[in-house]
Amino acid sequence: MSQLPLRAQLASALGRTAATLSRATGRGDGSVIGGRVGLMLEPDLLRQLAADRRLALVSATNGKTTTTRLITSALRQLGEVATNAFGANMPAGHVSALSSAKEAPYAVLEVDEKYLPEVLDTTQAGVVCLMNLSRDQMDRAGEIWLLAQKWRRALAAQSTLVIANCDDPLVAWAATGSARVTWVSAGQRWREDSWCCPECGGPLDRKGVDWACRECAFRRPTPSWVLDGEDVIDPRGQRWRLDLQLPGQANRANAAIALATVAAFGLEPGHALLGLREVTSVAGRYTTVERDGRSLRLLLAKNPAGWLEAFDVADPSLPIILSVNAQGPDGRDTSWLWDIDYRILRGRPVLVTGERRRDLALRLYVAGVPFQLCESFGQAVAVLPPGRIDVIANYTAFQQIRTEFGRAE
Amino acid sequence: MTSHVRLVWIYPDLLSTYGDQGNVLILEQRARARGLSVETVHVRSSDPVPEQGDIYLIGGGEDRPQILGAERLRKDGGLHRAVAHGAALLAVCAGYQIMGSVFGGEEGQPVPGLGLLDISSGRGERRAVGELAAEVDPALGVPTLTGFENHMGVTRLGPGVRPLSRTIVGTGNGDGTEGCYAGKVIGTYLHGPALARNPALADLLLAWTVGPLAPIDDTWYQRLREERLATVLPA
Repeated sequence: MSQLPLRAQLASALGRTAATLSRATGRGDGSVIGGRVGLMLEPDLLRQLAADRRLALVSATNGKTTTTRLITSALRQLGEVATNAFGANMPAGHVSALSSAKEAPYAVLEVDEKYLPEVLDTTQAGVVCLMNLSRDQMDRAGEIWLLAQKWRRALAAQSTLVIANCDDPLVAWAATGSARVTWVSAGQRWREDSWCCPECGGPLDRKGVDWACRECAFRRPTPSWVLDGEDVIDPRGQRWRLDLQLPGQANRANAAIALATVAAFGLEPGHALLGLREVTSVAGRYTTVERDGRSLRLLLAKNPAGWLEAFDVADPSLPIILSVNAQGPDGRDTSWLWDIDYRILRGRPVLVTGERRRDLALRLYVAGVPFQLCESFGQAVAVLPPGRIDVIANYTAFQQIRTEFGRAE
Repeated sequence: MTSHVRLVWIYPDLLSTYGDQGNVLILEQRARARGLSVETVHVRSSDPVPEQGDIYLIGGGEDRPQILGAERLRKDGGLHRAVAHGAALLAVCAGYQIMGSVFGGEEGQPVPGLGLLDISSGRGERRAVGELAAEVDPALGVPTLTGFENHMGVTRLGPGVRPLSRTIVGTGNGDGTEGCYAGKVIGTYLHGPALARNPALADLLLAWTVGPLAPIDDTWYQRLREERLATVLPA
């Protein structure tokens, strides 16, 4: 890493300067601009920065940022880890993350699903973790069967070790072509995108987490790691209680993937769990903020599968504020609201806000969920009595709320 | 006429990528609000399509599921028979293209459709993504269409169909029209929950089945319509 060619050293240094300037002028955290500057000066920078490190790439529709954080937290016990903690998950963000920790022998990078083939090819990462694939921001992210196919081709071309969730048929299909796979049974809550066989299009028969195609030979691979309720069972059959601070089934699934991943780096579950349990909040997610006697727990949900996970974490005895936007990063299309079953919210006070609150209002009306429409997040908070409140927001709505509360973790 | 409505949602396992469930839920809600009883059947692509439905719905999907869906519907024949008996059909996006004589596959190759609408579709040069607004054929008595489109299709209408609407904003069929209809079969590129922003279209499908409908509380529908139309149409 210290052996970078001069041009790459210069590109990396100028990129860091740009990032510092961006932060100093309050334009952002600098992780994208810095990487862009670096890549402009040395297009080969990402490959050079990644060389000679032990690198894991993490990709999925949901849970990328959290799983990246869990793996990083565990690996820190082995040495310094470079990581894109701010969720800047495209090549510019990767360059920035690796530049800012040049001596780190380990790196864990969250990768946008679309960029995985490119980043894998560039970095030749030793490990790739794949958790799930489901519908997400269809107006810009495109189609997931197509995405799974691109993953499959990219993985088949490498000797990378793939850590993959065998309970998600699309993920299993994408990983099946690789030479080395560690299968993890991490569960699958959202199933609406995997009723048909990715191999032949036939119907998938499902029973619990198991699945098999009725028409061809494609079926769920046998896992060596298994998430079982609150525990993870390792390949030797030993059972480990997770005891995470992060809530919910989705995070237990992320932890199972993280344990299998760090095991590939030589870290035993007993040690790894110490790191996993230190993680309390990830980029503001699951964090609790206070205002006027109200404790607001912030949950991020960007797509239908993410909403199911957030519902799993939300407390049915508490009022809930839902905030939805449709800016570029959210996807400008709100159709996905109709894929979510909101009836689970019946019986709690439900407040609706965000730039696309009228879309959500109609959705709840049709679902027979009583709600109150609020012009702003502040108004929604003020309407509720002091006490605990759950908040679910999609991407930019979540960022707006965090900004309002000073981004405190 | 009848006080019972049978909805048939075709292939949610293959063709339901964009919130298509919304159209089913909205028809259910608007029928029940008028005291009609509703029975909904979700037909998986491995199952036969029942012929006794009143309103059939089919949604959007990716290229491969679209081709699989078309193959299975052609073999099955149930939808053809239902439409021949006078059932209504709302076909959205990929489902709309399937109803024509031919549509474009993954590599742009022609794939035979069901021939329930006199249209043929192919792949356009670039993806049409964004808000759409269009004036509906006055014969249908439905106000301005509003919705979101996300497709690469270009659809040519034959003499056997009429354009559903003329676009004000957006791409639609690609020739200044959006969607089409013939008898009780409606096709549209307004994907996903098209009926959420066009409750009059939902009522048109219901009225074709049960006759004239009483007015219902449309507050939340109208607030959404007004907001969305205001973002694309000059005041």
